[in-house]
Parts: sequence; C-alpha cells; structure tokens
Amino acid sequence: MAIKKISKVQPEKFEFNKKNKETADSIIKNYPSGKQQSAVMALLYLAQKQNDNWIPLSAMKYIAKYLDMPYIKVYEVATFYSMYNLTPVGKYFFQVCTTTPCMLRGAYNLVDVCKRKISEEENRLSEDGKTSWLEVECLGACVNAPMLQLNEDYYEDLDPTKLEQIIDKISNDEVPQPGSYRGRLSSEPENTRKTLIGNKNA
Amino acid sequence: MLEDKDRIFQNLYNDFGADLTSAKKRGDWKDTKEICGKGREWIINEIKTSELRGRGGAGFPTGLKWSFAPKEVGSRPHYLVINADESEPGTCKDRDILRFEPHKLIEGCLIASYAVNAHKCYIYIRGEYFNEGQKLQTAIDEAYKDGLLGKNSAGTDWELDIYIHYGAGAYICGEETALLESIEGKKGQPRLKPPFPALIGLYGCPTIINNVETISVVPTILRRGGKWFSSLGRPKNTGSKIYCISGNVNNPCNVEEEMGIPLKELIEKHAGGVIGGWDNLKAVIPGGSSMPLLPKETCETIKMDFDACVENKTGLGTAGIVVINKDQDIIKCMARIARFYKHESCGQCTPCREGSGWMWRMLERMAKGEATRDEVDMLLDVTKQIEGHTICAFGEGSSWPVQGLIRNFKDEIIERNKFDPIVKKQKDIPYLVDQHLLEKENA
Repeated sequence: MAIKKISKVQPEKFEFNKKNKETADSIIKNYPSGKQQSAVMALLYLAQKQNDNWIPLSAMKYIAKYLDMPYIKVYEVATFYSMYNLTPVGKYFFQVCTTTPCMLRGAYNLVDVCKRKISEEENRLSEDGKTSWLEVECLGACVNAPMLQLNEDYYEDLDPTKLEQIIDKISNDEVPQPGSYRGRLSSEPENTRKTLIGNKNA
Repeated sequence: MLEDKDRIFQNLYNDFGADLTSAKKRGDWKDTKEICGKGREWIINEIKTSELRGRGGAGFPTGLKWSFAPKEVGSRPHYLVINADESEPGTCKDRDILRFEPHKLIEGCLIASYAVNAHKCYIYIRGEYFNEGQKLQTAIDEAYKDGLLGKNSAGTDWELDIYIHYGAGAYICGEETALLESIEGKKGQPRLKPPFPALIGLYGCPTIINNVETISVVPTILRRGGKWFSSLGRPKNTGSKIYCISGNVNNPCNVEEEMGIPLKELIEKHAGGVIGGWDNLKAVIPGGSSMPLLPKETCETIKMDFDACVENKTGLGTAGIVVINKDQDIIKCMARIARFYKHESCGQCTPCREGSGWMWRMLERMAKGEATRDEVDMLLDVTKQIEGHTICAFGEGSSWPVQGLIRNFKDEIIERNKFDPIVKKQKDIPYLVDQHLLEKENA
C-alpha cells in the first residue's frame, strides 16, 4: 500500500463549479438509485481536476455531503487509490513507469533526467514551481517502453535526450505531442511486421 | 502461423480507424440480431463448443461461467461487468482493444448481456487509461446514436446500457471481487469467495465478470461458429490470443497468434529476436509478472498455451511476455517486481501485506550481495507462507515470481551472497530479518 501524506496547508472551502456539478450529477445517474456512493471515485477525480491536480480535505467533506455518505468512507477511498494526490503537485505532473518491463529498457535513465532537470526528489516542485515528477508502477504500455505519463497523456518509446526536449518544452509552457517518440502509431513491431500485411497503410 | 483471415482483431494496429463505419466494414455488428435471435442456450452452448477460456489470466472456461448466472431473473437485476483494469506488468493488450477495436467489445457486451440476462453493463477501466476510456466512450455514443445500444439494442428487443467506471491506479482492482467493491465506491479490497459473484456480486446481485479480450472475441466466434474457434490451437487451449512481447527484444510488439505457438517463434519472428541474439537470452516471464520465469532451456521448446505452461511450472496468465537478456541483472529485475507487489498489496491479509515487503527487502539485499547464505531458503519459506494464505490470488501472484527465481537461479543468488554472519561479521548491514543471529549470545 502506498504511503500517502496529507498536505499541511489546506484550503478552507471547496465547492464544485457549475460545469463539474452537472458532470457529477450525470455520473451519479449511471448507478442505480440509492447507490450514489459508487460515484465517489469519479467525483474525487473531478475535484482533483478542479483543484489544480490535488484533493484537499475540504473537497472530501464536500463530496461526502454531496453523496450522502460518511466522510471517513471518502477519506478511505482517497487514501487507498494511488492516482489521488493529497498534496499539491506540479501543473505538469510527470509519472515515470519504472516497473520491470520499462526498467529493462532503461526507465531509470529517464528518472535520472527527471532528477537533474525537474527536482532532486520525487514529489518536490521544480524551481519554477510548475513541474513535479513521481516514480509509478506499471502504466500498461509495456510494449512501448520506456514511457511516462504527463498529466493524462502517455509519452512512449522515450530516451533521455527526448525526455530532456519534452521537459524543455514544458518549461516554456508548450505541451509536446503525446504518443510514441519513435514514430510508432500503435504497438506494431517496427519495420518487421509479419501479420495483417494486407491491411498495411489501408 | 495463423493466417491473416483468421485473425479476429483486424484493426490491432489501427490501419482502418476505430469508428463505427469502418468497424462495420470489418464485419462488426453484422447479424447481431440473428445471433441473439437464436437464444441464450444456443449462445452459451456455442461458446462452450469453442472452448474459449478467459483471457484475463486464470483461464476459466467462459461458457461455463455464463451458465452460472441464474436462468431466470428474480427480484434482483443481473449485471455484466467488464474488467479493463489492465495493470499486470508486461501486459498491454486490452489497451489496444479499447482504443482500436471498441466496437468488438461493445457488440460482445450486448451478446454477453443478452446471454446472462443483464440490462446494465459496467466497464471498469483503469484510471491511467483516460484517453483510451474517452475513445471507448465515443464508440459507445456512436452505438447509441445508431440504435445499437439502448431500449432496442441493434433490433434485438433487448435493453442494454453501458457505463464506464474509471479506476484510480490500484492493481488489486483487477481482481474481480475487489473490482466490484471499487465500483460500489469502496476501497478495492477483495471479498471472500464463496459466495461467488455469479450469485452475489455487484450490489449483492448476480454478476458476470469477464476480461475485455474474452468479450471482444465472442461476436466473431458466434459468427464463424464455435467449431472454427476450437479448430485453432489444441483441445482445451483453443483459439487465438493477443501476445504482448516486451523487454529486451529488438521490436517489442503486440501480435495476435494461435494458441500454442512456440515461444521461440514469437520472439524470433514477430519481435525481431532477443537483443544480442538468442544466445544472449537469460530468462523469459511468460505471462505477466505474476508468473514464474522460464530459463533459456525451457524457452527453446515451450509452446504458449495454458496447459503447456502449467506443465513447465509456470502459467500463461495474460500472455504478457517479458524477455530478459544476459545484460540485465536477473535478481534486480525480480526485486523490482517484488517492489511492485509490495506497493500494490491492498493490506487486507497479513501474510501478503507484510510478506510482500519482506520479499522485496530481502531481494534488494540479495541483488547487492548483502544477504546471508541461509536467507535464500528463508525467502523461499516466506513465499510459501504467503501462497495460499490470502483471500485473493494476489498472494500467489506475488510469491510465484520469487519462487521461480529461486528455482532457476538459486546458484546465482548464492554465488553473490556468500556472506555467512554466524561465522564472521564481514559487513555492516543496516537491517536484517534475523538480526539476533549476529549476536553470539542469542544464537
């Protein structure tokens, strides 16, 4: 189980904005009546999006009231799942996959770049305060290893030089193109495709 | 090798686009009405004839699973839940289905829901697959617009609604009962079985849970016949399967192949061979990180299907093949896998919560050569005490890879960890499980 720290600095109040309220209400309708608790994960995610990529305690209290469930149950969920950030992270949040399939293809070289170019430690903001990074477990794109997730997008088939370029772009507030950085469009084998030949470039 | 016309996922590499029009051109949604018109019994029997086994790792016969759902709907509604919480290291097949072949999945959901009497279907996608989820949502919206879902889905007179539920980065939610807990808005901690979800599942109602790949192959099987599917592969291990080949190969890729294809052919032919040549191969993890690794000698001959893998003391699992060559430190690789399990243990059962951390710490020290010689046996003992003593299969999943390492590379570990603390204190070790042995008085 991941150890999660709650931020010491907490905002007083949290409330969904109008758009998120509508989204939240439509998500609750996906579940049978009386089972609105099911929407807690989606609502926490919405709160995280709205609050600069992290969830304050006041948001958990707000969601608990919103879904008519005990606060501790929301707290439990928020601390259990690793995608909920309970302390502020950078506006650009790099999550580098370092599980074995990525590690075999040099994921730790990417970690070194992050240490050098963003911050010495995980989860510490960079000097300009915009970026932070974290080592995470398998992100499920092992065929395109090594890879990382920047906010919601996957950046695949990386190497240290390409990651440096990405970080440089980010520091100028440009969001680089997600996807493979070796020109692959999917998880097909490069150059040596032996199957579905007839479909190629259809 | 499987012929191209027998491949189910024609758009695995996104040559055509994932939208409804091109999906229909590839034959999706063709005769769905007629298939459902033949009745539940026929569908389930045809799946039983095809001998389709679940593609999520355990390999449970799908037809049998569906037949466990109550025949008549009682006071409680039935649910169909699709497991798209793909987090097993080495596996990335469901991702390609979600983004490139979503209509195969949606059509499969309709047929499966009809077969198990469900009007609601939840697709549980891992939170990191946000973009893939959005693509699936677009496909679902297209299907609603075209009348393929909703009140009278695809003219079958069957009402079906599909909802996507996003996870939030917990590997354990791939376990079926933990997944249900997660949909109910709780921590993803597995439930005790029995009762099985087929009778008491989501919200206490009968629930059938299947993997994405299992459901996506169903429409094609029913269109081409269960006999066709069972003619591929060998009995009890039929059909085709998407293999994910990652790690130290020249061209890592996903490829759909016949069950029982030799591992060597997969690596040499499709993935461009091991980096540094076949002789540079050290070991292969055949089915996602939970399965014990195979040494090079076994890799020469093994065929990739459920039973052949079990005969070789491993498992096909999710068919996520991780190739490790001699340039890598095998103990370090397994220590990293142990760290994955330590991180992902849900914390419910003590043997797994504590044991996964022990295994990781011992392996880390073994990788550095700081462990004592007897610790190898102690590590094996720890794995045996986790295995079979937990609520879900995570216990097995975390201890099997370590057992596989010790079974095949024990000499290498001992070679590196010759240090014997009782005879002579040679190094400053910060922490030992058997610290008391260092103190002579206590020994």
